[in-house]
Amino acid sequence: MINRQSLLDQEARLAFWMLAPTFIVVMAFVVFPVIWNLWLSLKPVSLGDLRGTSLFEFNLSLVNFQKVFGDPDFVPVLLTTLVYTVGGSFLSIILGLTAALLVHGEFPGRGLLRGLFISPYVAPVVAVTFTWSFILDPQLGVLNWMAVNTGLLTQPIPFLSQRWVELDIMGVSVRLPLALTSVILFEGWRYFPFAFLFILARLQSIPDELYQAASVDGASPFQRFYNITLPQLATVLSTLFLFRFIWTINKFDDIFLLTRGHAGTKVMTIKVYDYAFGEFNIGAGSAVAMVLFAILLLFLFIYFRWIVKET
Amino acid sequence: MSREHLETNIIRILRILGIIFFVIIVAFPFYWMIVSSFKSLEEILLRPANLWLDIKKINFRAYYEVLFEHGFARHISNSAYVSIITVALSVTLATVGGYAVTRLRFRGQAFMSYSILVIYMFPAIVLVIPLYVVFSHMGLRDSMHVLILVYLAQTLPVALYMLRSYFQNLPVEIEYAGLIDGCSRMGVIWRIIIPLSAPALASVALYTFMIAWNEFLFAFMFLDTPEKFTLSRGVVQLAGSVHLSKQLVMAASVMVTVPILVLFLFFERHLVRGLTSGAMKG
Repeated sequence: MINRQSLLDQEARLAFWMLAPTFIVVMAFVVFPVIWNLWLSLKPVSLGDLRGTSLFEFNLSLVNFQKVFGDPDFVPVLLTTLVYTVGGSFLSIILGLTAALLVHGEFPGRGLLRGLFISPYVAPVVAVTFTWSFILDPQLGVLNWMAVNTGLLTQPIPFLSQRWVELDIMGVSVRLPLALTSVILFEGWRYFPFAFLFILARLQSIPDELYQAASVDGASPFQRFYNITLPQLATVLSTLFLFRFIWTINKFDDIFLLTRGHAGTKVMTIKVYDYAFGEFNIGAGSAVAMVLFAILLLFLFIYFRWIVKET
Repeated sequence: MSREHLETNIIRILRILGIIFFVIIVAFPFYWMIVSSFKSLEEILLRPANLWLDIKKINFRAYYEVLFEHGFARHISNSAYVSIITVALSVTLATVGGYAVTRLRFRGQAFMSYSILVIYMFPAIVLVIPLYVVFSHMGLRDSMHVLILVYLAQTLPVALYMLRSYFQNLPVEIEYAGLIDGCSRMGVIWRIIIPLSAPALASVALYTFMIAWNEFLFAFMFLDTPEKFTLSRGVVQLAGSVHLSKQLVMAASVMVTVPILVLFLFFERHLVRGLTSGAMKG
C-alpha cells in the first residue's frame, strides 16, 4: 500500500524532472550571466583576454567603475537615457490610449483596424528602423523631398543625424534635440500597440451600466470620459508605465539601428556596447550594464513603494 | 443643439480624423517599404518624392539580387530553422513546466511561479556581454544552436507563465478521471491538457515565433559567418554594404516582415490574447 507521504515525494520528484530543463536553461542563460557580468565589471578585461585564463584570475578592483563614473560622457548619457525612457514610455501610452478610444465600440472594419494598429509592434525591428531611416533620409527620403517640393521646408532636415534644431515658435526661438526627439517619436510609433491592446481590453470590461447611470444623471460624453473612463483606466495606465519604463530603459536595438547613438542619442545600453566592442573594454561595458541594472532596481523599488502607499 | 448632441458630433468628427491619422502613420512605412522594393535604382535616385508605383515599371530585380547575390535565400532558411526549433522546444518545455507548477505539489512552488516574472525584466544588454565572453572563450559563439538556446531562455519564462494562467482555469476533475483510469501524469498532459489548451498553445507558439524571428541583438553579436546569418542579421549586413541602393534594403525588409505579419494577421486573435494574458494575469 502506498502511503500519502511517498505519493507526495513521488509528485515532487516528477515536478523536479518536469521543471529541470526550464530551470537549467534559465540558470545558464539568464541568472549565471548576470552574476558573471558582475564578476567581469570588477576586473580589467579587454576583448583580447577572451581566449586566455586571465578571465578567471582573482584580481578584482573598482577600476572599471572609476572609469565609468569619471567619463565626462556619464552625466549626459544618464540624462539622455532618462529623457528617452520617460518620453518614449509616455508617448507610446498616450498614443495607445488615443488609438484604443478611437477603435473602441462597434463599427465595420474594426477588426481590420485593430490588426493594422498592432503591426508596428509585430514587425521586425530591423525592417521598421531601416524603413523609417529611409523615409527620414535628408538626401533620398520621401518626407524631406515632399516637404521641400511643397515649400514646407526650404532645405531638408537630417532628422536622425543632427543634434540640435532651432525652432522659431511665434518669435520665440527654441532649441530642440532633433535626433533624440525623432528617436522618441519612433519609440512612440513602434510601441503604442502594446498600450493599445491593454487599454482596449480594459475599456471593453468597463460595465455599460456605469455609462447609462451617468447619462441618466445628465453627464455629457466628455464628462463621462473624464469621470468614468479615465478613473477606470488608472490601474492599467500605471501598470503600462511600469512595463514600458523597464523595457524602454533596456532598449538597445532601436537606437542602435536608427542612429548608432550619434547626434545626442547615446543611451546607457549603447554606452555598454561602445565600451565593450568599440573600445574593446569588456570590463567597462559590464560596469555600465551593472549601473543600468541598479537604476532599474531603484526604479522598481520606488515604483512599488509608491504604488503600495497609494493603494 | 444640446450639449449631449454637440459633444457627440464633435466626438464623431474627432474619431474620423483620428482614425485617418493613425491609419496613415501606421500604414505608410509598410506601404513605402513595399513600393520602394519594386522600384529601380534610377527611380529611387531620380524621383525620391514619387509616392506611387508605376504598374508598368514594377521591377523584381531587387528581390532577385537580394535572394541570390546577397545570400538571403540562405538567411530565410536559417531564420525559419532557428524560429521553428525555438518554438518546438519552448512550447514543449513550457507545457510540461506549466503543468508542474499548476498541478503538482512540491517545495518551492510559489518561488518558481514568481521568479518567472522577475526574469522577464532582465535587460538583454546585461546578458549579452557575459554570454559573448563565455561563448567566445569556449569557441562556440558563432552558432545557430547557441542562438536557439539563448532565445529559449528569453521566451520560456513568459511561455510558462502564459500556460500556467491558462491551466489554472481548466477543471481539475477531468484530470482526476484520467488519473483514476490509469493515465500517468504525462498521459494526462498528452491526452487531456494539450487538446483542451490548443488556443493557449497557439498563442504561446506565435509569441515565441515572433521573438525568435525578429530578434536582432544576439544574432548581431554572436553570428560572424554569413552562411549562419538569420534574416535580421542579414538585413543589417546588407544595409551596411549598399549605400544608395535603398531598394535592396527595402526588398530585404519586406522578406523579413511579410512572413511574421501574415502569420500574425491570420492568427490575430490568438496573438492578442497571448500578449495580454501573458503580461496581465496574476
